[in-house]
Amino acid sequence: MMRHLDLDVNRRRDLEVISALVSPGDRVLDLGCGDGSFLAHLKEARSAEVLGLEIDPELVGRCISNGVPVIQSDLDNALDFAENDAFDLVVVSHTLQEIRRPDLLLRHIVRVGRRAAVSFINFAHWRCRLQLLAGKMPRNAQLPYQWYNTPNIHLGTIADFRETCRNFDICIVQETPIAARFPFLSRFFPNLFAVGAVFVLEKASR
Amino acid sequence: MITVPQECRFTEPLPLDCGRSLEGVVIRYETAGKLNSDASNAILVCHALTGDAHVCGKHDPSDKKPGWWDAMIGPGKYIDTDRYFVIGTNVLGGCSGSTGPQSVDPVSGKPYRLNFPVITIADMVRAQKRVIDHLGIKQLLAVIGGSMGGMQVLQWAVSYPDAMRAIVPIATAANFSPQNIAFDWVAREAIRNDVNWKNGDYAPENSPERGLATARMLAHITYLSEETLGRKFGRSLQNKEDYDFDFTHDFAVESYLEHQGRRFVERFDANAYLFITRATDYFDLTAETGGDLAAALKNVQAKFLVVSFSSDWLFPTRQSLAIVNALLRDRKEVSFCEIRSGYGHDAFLLEVDALGRMVRDFLRKQEVRQ
Repeated sequence: MMRHLDLDVNRRRDLEVISALVSPGDRVLDLGCGDGSFLAHLKEARSAEVLGLEIDPELVGRCISNGVPVIQSDLDNALDFAENDAFDLVVVSHTLQEIRRPDLLLRHIVRVGRRAAVSFINFAHWRCRLQLLAGKMPRNAQLPYQWYNTPNIHLGTIADFRETCRNFDICIVQETPIAARFPFLSRFFPNLFAVGAVFVLEKASR
Repeated sequence: MITVPQECRFTEPLPLDCGRSLEGVVIRYETAGKLNSDASNAILVCHALTGDAHVCGKHDPSDKKPGWWDAMIGPGKYIDTDRYFVIGTNVLGGCSGSTGPQSVDPVSGKPYRLNFPVITIADMVRAQKRVIDHLGIKQLLAVIGGSMGGMQVLQWAVSYPDAMRAIVPIATAANFSPQNIAFDWVAREAIRNDVNWKNGDYAPENSPERGLATARMLAHITYLSEETLGRKFGRSLQNKEDYDFDFTHDFAVESYLEHQGRRFVERFDANAYLFITRATDYFDLTAETGGDLAAALKNVQAKFLVVSFSSDWLFPTRQSLAIVNALLRDRKEVSFCEIRSGYGHDAFLLEVDALGRMVRDFLRKQEVRQ
């Protein structure tokens, strides 16, 4: 997956938010775990028991050298191995937009995890909207690709995400907008001002 | 690096899965590197079907070829003998120094031949455990092996769950597939139908070479991939411009197989081939758990690194994933990687760098902090 390799948890606000959800001894599964540095951080700083899934063999090798257990796998149909509630937390950070069927994955992660934390880029951020208004596909630091070579096949907005959760009976237990510059506005109008968000999810029937 | 073949002679009879037991078993082994003071840096390397205890280095500086995994094991190599004490053994039932069908039965005073008991992978591992005990090692750092070596590795984790910190099964499976059993059957039939085989009672100078060579040729095809054969030989002819319109070898691939078969009979015994392939046929970790692999692996304690190769059709990735998924269901610590390779099953010996880096990095994390 395309996650930045030299991951610095302090510079990735979403990972900071997710990290705070982890208690000592928790079993954490990270889907699209990159080089495993976030899981290594959870292992070290939060004494979590971790597992990563990653498709890129190069990054799988880096997970192993980081001491992070990792399964090379794509994320479509990857969770069949896991029983219900096998993990305390399933992390999907900046990965959902690359999945072929995000809806199926969402239903799976709330099945295999007691909780799931999903962070994603908000495509309805005002800069994106302006770029679309100008007639061009949005491009910025978070979305550096051209329309023809982007791995991001399922971009969405905060509003879309809320609606999807509602439709699939997934309970949103926490929603944290990630702000680039207008934290106050982001809190009240996240779909317009937040560059991304972290959603903490649970199965509704819980 | 010079390695010295050594022998471990059992004073107690070795009990076997078939119900019999073997007296006076000898297991050939070799070591490289130094065992540290708390005996925590030992790695057992298990060989594949026709390998031996000579995993690395040379017996004599004038040897043409080093041990079979010398590219991987040695000073400063991926399995670094400056750090680790590496042990290779020849399997029970083999023909490279360990007790096998051609050994003399101490009870009758004659070679066993077909009276040798049909052994299993678990029997091989039971014999290896005695060698490890003999070396004074309570817990191995790791047990590593590919193909049939991988089966031994898995069996180790199940038979002796606390005897190792890490387990690296490569290009293998938790049970031998029907397809593989089928190939073994044809290979053994080739040997058994050789007139020289004589129910196993052949003289060394008149052995069933043709049958054994045919078995090897068949097996060799299964170690390669369609891609390798295409790239290496294509449809090219062997030293000729046109077909001979007969049944001698026209094609380069035919002459290559002939060569492989001829070389093999120089170093391997036909009866040993029968017994060892039978041991692989019988290998099924789930035999006692009604097909439930997670139940079979329930007690393992070691951390796993499972590796498969994309073009391996003899032990396809699917079979490695079955091991991985069972371990995950048991909440064991496991990593898995499928290495992209066009070499087929042979990739486990040829993809030294991709495999080696991963194994090296994995081992580093399992070391006991001194």
